[in-house]
Amino acid sequence: MPFEYAPALESRAIVDIKPSYGLFVDGQFVEGHGTPFKTISPATEEVLAEVAEADEADIDAAVKVARRAYDRVWSRMPGRERAKYLYRIARIIQERSRELAVLESLDNGKPIKESRDVDVPTVAAHFFYYAGWADKLEYAGRGDDPQPLGVAAQVIPWNFPLLMLAWKVAPALACGNTVVLKPAETTPLTALLFAEICQQADLPPGVVNIVTGAGATGQALVGHPGVDKVAFTGSTEVGKAIARSVAGTHKRVTLELGGKAANIVFDDAPIDQAVEGIVDGIFFNQGHVCCAGSRLLVQESIVDDLLERLKSRMSTLRMGDPLDKNTDIGAINSGEQLKRIRELSEVGDAEGAERWEVACDLPTKGFWFPPTLFTGVSQAHRIAREEIFGPVLSVLTFRTPAEALEKANNTPYGLSAGVWTDKGSLILKMASSLRAGVVWANTFNKFDPTSPFGGYKESGYGREGGRHGLEAYLK
Amino acid sequence: MSRIDVRKTYKLYIGGAFPRSESSYTYEVLDSKGKFVANAALASRKDARDAVGAARKAFGGWSSRTAYNRAQIIYRIAEVMEDRRPQFVQAVSQSEGLSAAKAGGVVDEAIDRLVWYAGWADKITQVVGNANPVAGPFFNLSTPEPTGVVAVLAPQDSSLLGLVSVVAPVIVTGNTTVVVSSYERPLPAVTFAEVLATSDVPGGVVNILTGSAATVGPWLAAHMDVNAIDLTGIAGDAGLAADLEVAAADNLKRVRRAPAAEPDWLLDPGLEPMTAFLETKTVWHPIGV
Repeated sequence: MPFEYAPALESRAIVDIKPSYGLFVDGQFVEGHGTPFKTISPATEEVLAEVAEADEADIDAAVKVARRAYDRVWSRMPGRERAKYLYRIARIIQERSRELAVLESLDNGKPIKESRDVDVPTVAAHFFYYAGWADKLEYAGRGDDPQPLGVAAQVIPWNFPLLMLAWKVAPALACGNTVVLKPAETTPLTALLFAEICQQADLPPGVVNIVTGAGATGQALVGHPGVDKVAFTGSTEVGKAIARSVAGTHKRVTLELGGKAANIVFDDAPIDQAVEGIVDGIFFNQGHVCCAGSRLLVQESIVDDLLERLKSRMSTLRMGDPLDKNTDIGAINSGEQLKRIRELSEVGDAEGAERWEVACDLPTKGFWFPPTLFTGVSQAHRIAREEIFGPVLSVLTFRTPAEALEKANNTPYGLSAGVWTDKGSLILKMASSLRAGVVWANTFNKFDPTSPFGGYKESGYGREGGRHGLEAYLK
Repeated sequence: MSRIDVRKTYKLYIGGAFPRSESSYTYEVLDSKGKFVANAALASRKDARDAVGAARKAFGGWSSRTAYNRAQIIYRIAEVMEDRRPQFVQAVSQSEGLSAAKAGGVVDEAIDRLVWYAGWADKITQVVGNANPVAGPFFNLSTPEPTGVVAVLAPQDSSLLGLVSVVAPVIVTGNTTVVVSSYERPLPAVTFAEVLATSDVPGGVVNILTGSAATVGPWLAAHMDVNAIDLTGIAGDAGLAADLEVAAADNLKRVRRAPAAEPDWLLDPGLEPMTAFLETKTVWHPIGV
């Protein structure tokens, strides 16, 4: 008998969404000169606001402003003073955390419990962490007098809009760079609220500039000759295009791209913990996670038991209004992304894998896809090779650790991996042989400002987080 | 009648063997005064491919050797070079037009640089890795790992010290490599290959192609089983460097960009030649559950 929950809606009254937003340049909101676009709530398709589009001239103006702020103010400011601005920002993020969480859930579609308990607290923590580096850079192991790079062009995705902003902006500012940041076109609102936070913190104008728009705006920003550093999080395809576009320039680049992580479960794994980790690995944030554990590799002897428990656990996931505090699975971020998830799932059917999905009623408005798993998946199947970026798990089996490694590493990606076993020496063997930048053993999808994150191979290069994250913004 | 000397055939070094170029092409190598010295093998696209295959095959074994063992092997290269010092002095003098005394100084630097890098094998992890104090009950450790197969376009001018300075930092951390030697001054590289072959360096860890970086470089930059590329050898050729960076983007190779001019090899190299070809791996494990 299903357990009934009463609705437990988080109030959206805390957020004051304006009817329209300009670009944030030189400490002020200014008009853009492109074609304004609308941002919607993916859970209801309700229009939330109209947002300016930055054209090439707007980008040029923003980069020049950032350069001036770099030359005249930010690069000259002692680290301990930069630190205090970053601490201020961290504090204001904490103070306005509920507002940020509600806005993030509205604009992105992610459950409030994730934006409230994961995204926003981690954002504040990230600013706190890098604030403390600003006056200690000479101890970071990069020489006695490390220098900032200049103006950083930063382009971020829609899956963790504010968290990805923090990963980009906090280390850049701590190291003395100024930034021009472009949020994703489907999720610009928390970045624009962050602009207000910069105003409240009295951050000197031009140190942080936020330009909104879609791919063309991003290209104009990344391609601007006045930019010294490009930091991008997004698809491997766009990452490669960026790597080509900066060829032959002086621009430094870090890329945090796609993944197809193996989550490997051995027969001696703590099985209920593993089930939680599998669910967290692929259904957290609707599977819109570059490091999602989208390939489940199960040791053959336990596959039946594990799948039974997994399906049972998946059936208890609550899907629906992102602002309901009991919601586990929110909305797919956009119609375009939903289309891709559907298409790849249909390819899974067509290639002979067996689909199982949670039986639940989907809301009639908005973009929704139920938690889904495919069994009978081979390594050749597209659903085992391509990043779906949705709540779709491909299940494969193995017999020996060597076979698990072979299958796990059989991908051009190398962002993350998971290992579940009670045998310590096996964990260490797997952890050292997996070609991936982050390995979670008996856990999954954990993030921390002190912990470097980033990929091997075609998952990109450079690290974000920790002492290693400073390297991306220093010379 | 004076004795007729026995000349050496200069060949490629691939997978621990010394093949001729599969193309059977060679090119004339002249000394600094323009006098013929030898015909060197002119590496082709297929030689480059074979070398990448050999480097990939060697990567698993080399990268999983202990750091201590890699240190001993790099040190062994220095020992064997020291043993053959007169030969290298002669080769450098001939290639670079240096006096015997100056060439001797260059060889000494090259040997000393190998000794310096040998010591890094079991220290780099401690210098660039760290434990991370995450806000939760987790063990969290970041350690460097080799990037994989690294293509190296070796410098054109400094035929030995420059070569050693770009090869040693790549292999000491566990990468394997395909090196394109200086085009006009390839012979010290071939002699260096003979040292590698007798220094306990497993076959395939270093593969040396003599020939043109401009010709072979694009194949290596575009090869999907090469993980990274060092463009030092095309210093000053911004157009070619940009083309190779574009090709390298196809599988997101890590690129060590071409400098405007060949660096001063006597300077302290610092960590960058090693860290350019290292990945950081971070491992999490819960504590207490």
